[in-house]
Amino acid sequence: MNAFGKYLIIANYYFYEMDIEILAFGIAKDIVNGSSFTMQLPAESTVGSLKAQLCATYPDFERLASFAIAVNEAYRQDDYTISDKDEVVIIPPVSGG
Amino acid sequence: MIDIQLKDVPLSTEECNQLVAFAGAGGTVVFVGTVRDQTKGKKVVRLEFEAYKPMAISEMRKIAEVAKEKWSADKIAIHHRVGVLDIGEIAVIIAVATPHRKAAFEACEYAIDTLKETVPIWKKEIFEDGEVWVAAHP
Repeated sequence: MNAFGKYLIIANYYFYEMDIEILAFGIAKDIVNGSSFTMQLPAESTVGSLKAQLCATYPDFERLASFAIAVNEAYRQDDYTISDKDEVVIIPPVSGG
Repeated sequence: MIDIQLKDVPLSTEECNQLVAFAGAGGTVVFVGTVRDQTKGKKVVRLEFEAYKPMAISEMRKIAEVAKEKWSADKIAIHHRVGVLDIGEIAVIIAVATPHRKAAFEACEYAIDTLKETVPIWKKEIFEDGEVWVAAHP
């Protein structure tokens, strides 16, 4: 591979966007007006950047007491990296029991 | 014996009681959470529960595993209801049987307190003049 080819691959890697299918429950369903939707995120997006994008797109998320993100059926911290095959779920404040 | 269930049909305290029974049991604590008819003086008509099912089950299982680890409470049943519930219906049952009562009380209290914090289940209160997702807003 010449230097130019390598550059192209790197550029492609950084600007690639992925479509993430996101599931919503509880009040999150009302906020996004559906139980699932697709969001375009830059490759290597984290849970933290997804939360920021959700708040920017749907300001009602900022009015919640809190909200968490689950990826592949477990709570994830803000630094967790999301991949395009992941199951991503918005978890508004839970109220079972 | 850990028995975790998420059901859309009525829950049974007798079933949970029997599930955790064992010859070495000295005490069984059964917590039964029911639908109350009012919230802050406002009349509740019914409740609707929904769950992110696979994770609700795995989070309830985690709670049971901690109870087992911390209080040696290895006979525990956690059953939670989903769907539409009328006043007085059972939303959740947690049954714990242990050789001595103290461990059963503590493990049961831990289980219901933690369930309310971590298990992805949501409750909507339906009033005569509107509805609200419980705990959603500060």
